[in-house]
Amino acid sequence: MLKVENISVNYGAINALKDVSCHIEEGEIVALIGANGAGKTTILNTISSLVQAASGRIVFNGCDITKMPPHDVVKMGISQVPEGRRVFPEMSVMENLELGAYARSDREGVREDMTSVFKRFPRLEERKKQYAKTLSGGEQQMLAMGRALMARPKLMLMDEPSMGLAPILVEEIFNIITEINQTGTTILLVEQNAHMALSIAHRAYVLETGEIVLHGDADELAANPEVRKAYLGE
Amino acid sequence: MAEVLQSISNSIDPYILQIFVNIGIAIILALGLNLITGVTGQLDLGHAAYMSVGAFTAAIITINLNLPFSINLLIAGTIAALVGLAIGFPILRLTGDYFAIATLGFAEILKVVFLNLDITNRALGLSVPPANTTIPMPFYVWMITILVIVGVTFIQNSRFGRALKAIREDEIAAETMGINSTRYKNQAFAIGCFLAGIGGGLYAHFIAYINPSDFAFMKSIDILNMVVLGGLGSIPGAIVGASVLTVAPEFLRFMSEYRMLVYGALLVFLMVFRPNGLLGGVDFRKMVLRIFFGKKEKKPNVTIKAR
Repeated sequence: MLKVENISVNYGAINALKDVSCHIEEGEIVALIGANGAGKTTILNTISSLVQAASGRIVFNGCDITKMPPHDVVKMGISQVPEGRRVFPEMSVMENLELGAYARSDREGVREDMTSVFKRFPRLEERKKQYAKTLSGGEQQMLAMGRALMARPKLMLMDEPSMGLAPILVEEIFNIITEINQTGTTILLVEQNAHMALSIAHRAYVLETGEIVLHGDADELAANPEVRKAYLGE
Repeated sequence: MAEVLQSISNSIDPYILQIFVNIGIAIILALGLNLITGVTGQLDLGHAAYMSVGAFTAAIITINLNLPFSINLLIAGTIAALVGLAIGFPILRLTGDYFAIATLGFAEILKVVFLNLDITNRALGLSVPPANTTIPMPFYVWMITILVIVGVTFIQNSRFGRALKAIREDEIAAETMGINSTRYKNQAFAIGCFLAGIGGGLYAHFIAYINPSDFAFMKSIDILNMVVLGGLGSIPGAIVGASVLTVAPEFLRFMSEYRMLVYGALLVFLMVFRPNGLLGGVDFRKMVLRIFFGKKEKKPNVTIKAR
């Protein structure tokens, strides 16, 4: 579904990504794990075109999206749940969700999706007229996910969904990610919480200072002694 | 019809009439800037420059071609919008403070250009002949003002308006929603400049004399004050802000040279006690409903799930 081929990204003189390649097949949950500054977010931002690659190619469903501007990437069916949620603070929950469907023109479908988002996140429905800034961290994460779902994406890029959340909420969020995946959305997940990420992902890539050092099935990686030592705290 | 309006406007105290016209023009300018700064979140410190483009365009058209005033204003607004686009296109990719400084710079450039062009009569300024219309100016100004209020309300509540608001809230997130932020920022800027051009055209024909220094930095700040005082992004706010700041100096006239002191203090107090502006964060529709129909806003049902 998505092929990232030999991508390099520079921030000024710093090489954030060096010749990174990975691929995601339809229906999968793929996790990117690694320490701070390893380049996980940069990969997501390069896919959604917020960051331009210096070299390499990104192909989505047979279409080269490397140079496409971010607002067109959304229309291809890739939507991003950005790091730190980035909901629109002074807009209501409803407005945030409506903006998620901005690239779509089928009103009927948008209304249906709004209903299904509210069904998945009942707490958002209770607060639909409230400003997004008045929501708690967990609710904002749900809103960011709901907003991304409103674009009816084929591929969802999720950046650190567990950031700053209480453990019990993290579990809830990860359950929801699995549910979203089961209804047919492919997910690329960036996570610091390697334990949680590996528990729901099918496959995973391990990133270290801008390079992919390991990849394989999530179970395998979770059993790999090096991974256990470096990321699972053993 | 025209005679009736003329006799009405003749029967009103010219001083009061002048204040009313100034309020109308201020509202048009404030609503234009509100779209750029309040709704889209791009701090524009040179809005008076686009007003000057409209003012000089309209004046030159009246002097040389004497076109009907409505066509004249449309041309003045369009030229101001085109100048705005020419300036906005390169600088709208800047963010925050950098954009503000760039607008300031371009406004000064435009002022100096007008001070040195023969067609604008250099530093002497232009005397503007009466507008080619049978409707008296006060009515004309308020007709346009009402049109602008309606138009801007429509824009802000549209899909386009929601996209502009999203850009103000978080430009990167807006891009990832599929909003082409560069294009929308340019469009908002052009509309704001168009309104400034129309306001300038009306101003030129009402005051009957324009000079490049009428549209200096302080004028831009005056317009910005109206928008900030009323509440960024709020249409009723911009209207109230424009009215209050146009009327306030008149009420303070008895203090002669001390009045700007009080005016300044007034601004400081308002910003301390209402940092979001007079009507910032006020939902006008809800307020009207509450006042006239006694409708209470429903409290959201908060249920706490036991775990």
